[in-house]
Amino acid sequence: MAFFISPRRLKASGILGINQRNANYIMRYNPRRLFPLVDNKLKTKQLAIEQGIAVPPLLAVVEIQQQIKALQGFLDKHEDFVIKPAHGSGGNGILVITGRYGQNFRKANGDLMGIDAIAHHVSNTLSGMYSLSGFSDQALIEYRVKFDPFFEHMSYQGVPDIRVIVFRGVPVAAMVRLPTRESDGKANLHQGAMGIGINIATGISCGGVYRNKNCIIHPDTGESTENIQIPHWDAILRLAISCADTVGLGYLGVDIVLDKTRGPLMLELNARPGLNVQLANGIGLCHRLTKVAEMKLLPDALDERLDLALDLARQAV
Amino acid sequence: MKYTAVRLWALLLVSLGLGIGYYKVTVSGLPLTPQQETEIWTVQAKLNFVGNGGPAIFDLYLPSVLPGYVKLDEDFISNGFGLALQDERDNRKAQWAVRRAKGFNTLYYRTTVTESVNDNVWKSRPTFPRAPDYPEPYATAIRSILDDARSESADVISYTDELLQQMNASSPNENVELLRNRAANTEQWVQELISVLKGVRIPARTLWGLRIKDAGNHMQLEPLLQVHNGEHWITFDPLSSVRGLPRHFFPWKTGDKPLYNLTGGTEAEVSFSVVRSYQAQLDIARKDLARKDSFLSKFSLFSLPVQSQNTCRLLLMVPIGAMIVVLMRTVVGISTFGTFMPVLIALAFRETQLLWGLGLFTLIVTIGLMIRFYLERLMLLLVPRLTSILIIVVILMLFISLLSNQFESERMLSVALFPMVILAMTIERMSIAWEESGGREAMTQGSGSLLVAVLGYLAMTGEQLMYLMFVFPELLLVLLGISLWLGRYNGYRLVELFRFKSLNQGGL
Repeated sequence: MAFFISPRRLKASGILGINQRNANYIMRYNPRRLFPLVDNKLKTKQLAIEQGIAVPPLLAVVEIQQQIKALQGFLDKHEDFVIKPAHGSGGNGILVITGRYGQNFRKANGDLMGIDAIAHHVSNTLSGMYSLSGFSDQALIEYRVKFDPFFEHMSYQGVPDIRVIVFRGVPVAAMVRLPTRESDGKANLHQGAMGIGINIATGISCGGVYRNKNCIIHPDTGESTENIQIPHWDAILRLAISCADTVGLGYLGVDIVLDKTRGPLMLELNARPGLNVQLANGIGLCHRLTKVAEMKLLPDALDERLDLALDLARQAV
Repeated sequence: MKYTAVRLWALLLVSLGLGIGYYKVTVSGLPLTPQQETEIWTVQAKLNFVGNGGPAIFDLYLPSVLPGYVKLDEDFISNGFGLALQDERDNRKAQWAVRRAKGFNTLYYRTTVTESVNDNVWKSRPTFPRAPDYPEPYATAIRSILDDARSESADVISYTDELLQQMNASSPNENVELLRNRAANTEQWVQELISVLKGVRIPARTLWGLRIKDAGNHMQLEPLLQVHNGEHWITFDPLSSVRGLPRHFFPWKTGDKPLYNLTGGTEAEVSFSVVRSYQAQLDIARKDLARKDSFLSKFSLFSLPVQSQNTCRLLLMVPIGAMIVVLMRTVVGISTFGTFMPVLIALAFRETQLLWGLGLFTLIVTIGLMIRFYLERLMLLLVPRLTSILIIVVILMLFISLLSNQFESERMLSVALFPMVILAMTIERMSIAWEESGGREAMTQGSGSLLVAVLGYLAMTGEQLMYLMFVFPELLLVLLGISLWLGRYNGYRLVELFRFKSLNQGGL
């Protein structure tokens, strides 16, 4: 295996580099004034609920340190929940509680933690430890997604999610992100999660990437990740498109989870989606992005844009 | 399109910066490297005379038009004498005067020059001389010589050329022989030539100067012949007939008037001496600029007080460090803690020296990280925790200073020069990266920051680069242009070539 790939070859594969993504797509299609909508998860969630987009229900918001004292009483009413910072990034600062064990709370990895540890976590969150800018933050307590058993046998802890890249309201690429032991239940590829490419046209998985290497077997569960039909695929694409329409960002990453009972839920949005989706699919984004960018007018109707996305995906294969 | 505008701006700024620099190099001769040295000559005229006890006036011709030379400095040492300077056609005259001159007096005139390409020329326009009535037998001889020369020439220059060839021929005819016998020395020979040239109404004169090729005391002014062709004065060597001002000939005066004139004294004597030395080209260029009182010298950083100069030196290097960060992050793709933290670390390295700086930095961050991991267990709030880390960093720095004092190691004392807030922030960010993304990511970012800091340090302490930035601050425009251009750089980062290497197999 070669040690590196030549820039010419990389270009021929249509790989989008970070500089190009920033200069040609984020700068041009994502107005800065819209960034707070996605950087603040509370705002995203409120906006989504207004627009009738399916999201994990919000249980409570902790905004000031004094509220932490009341936390214990509140949390006692809930068997499981997720605490996340409103301004977090890369899955940092997300605490998933899957159940109770006496007075203690059980984390996703099976560890137990007391109410004081949870209070400290929330307190850290409020003081801005996980926030991008370091300013004081809010903590969201929300419904824990009971993920669809579909992924159960191939994922190691955590919640697998589906990342869809939507460009000008047209889904151009997608991947499933499976947490691994190394990623500590997080679905971020740079933290060691596994990425599996999905054909937009069919919703069937193809190939995969783990630690920047091609990989079609989950490193912990040993399950093959090839040729899996993702359930609710049409609904997932529709959800992604309506998210893009709602926030108005031209180049958007939509993270979707499959809940056992609620179906596809939008977990969060990302105004600067990474480039790993290309590795997972083994295909560069540039060809499709250029095609969509060249279209002067895009249809308003969601269905037509969905058809457009399917067409694009079929052409590329 | 925006991209075109960016490219235009970048191009404009880069060419503006380089253009100003080029202008400064070519016009004022500012050298591109700090060590360039050049030959300079100090030419001195020493005047001696014995005063009669009454008023005395000493007139002396001074160098005025200096083709091929640049005057760097000029001074007059004349205790108790009043000095007046006066321009006189192509000459300059100094007049020292004193009311009472008794006994032995010495006056000095000194000038420092260096060779330089310039367009200094003698500008005076002579009147056409009338053909003199030469006495016989010279009249016949001269007429015959002039006729011979005329038949083989077209203009003043070629005529003079031809005449000199004849007059200096190794086997002269009897006409030339006759004239030669009349001239006892070179000065008289030049007079003879001038007189012959008058026969065809060509204006000519003597040019006096020093041959300064080698240093020496007791040098003599030597005469050259100059003829005017209606536009310029053209110089000829009266003996070798070679046209043009010889190299290392330092013109002093033109014409036949005596070099000096003394009233109110006796035993007047003028002697010349020349000293050759070397001086940094930079100083010469600066003096030249200052003397010309040019726009460039007023806006040079050298016009600042020395202390401000040093501040500026540092200030000018910060953009270089930032440029390294831009290149490393945007083109190479190295991840660092914070955007400009590596520049600040590099600035600290300037004070501590590189190896000591690296060692101390790593030591403090390592110890700090270990303590920080313990603090994590105590579950402190963010700001008090940061403050605690800051205090711990200060304690560590004091401890290292005290320890190094014990071992009498001056180098380790320089730990105090590290910006402690930077150290504390590094520790905090590194430990968070460690918690959130694992030790591998934290080490990658930490070593990335250090690597960029080291590169920044190397660039910011480069002798040549420091010199260039200080002498040519307009290079900042070039840096601005490059960073604007890099702002629209959308090519791949170097690390992406490794990151996407798995696509090599994919048969894409």
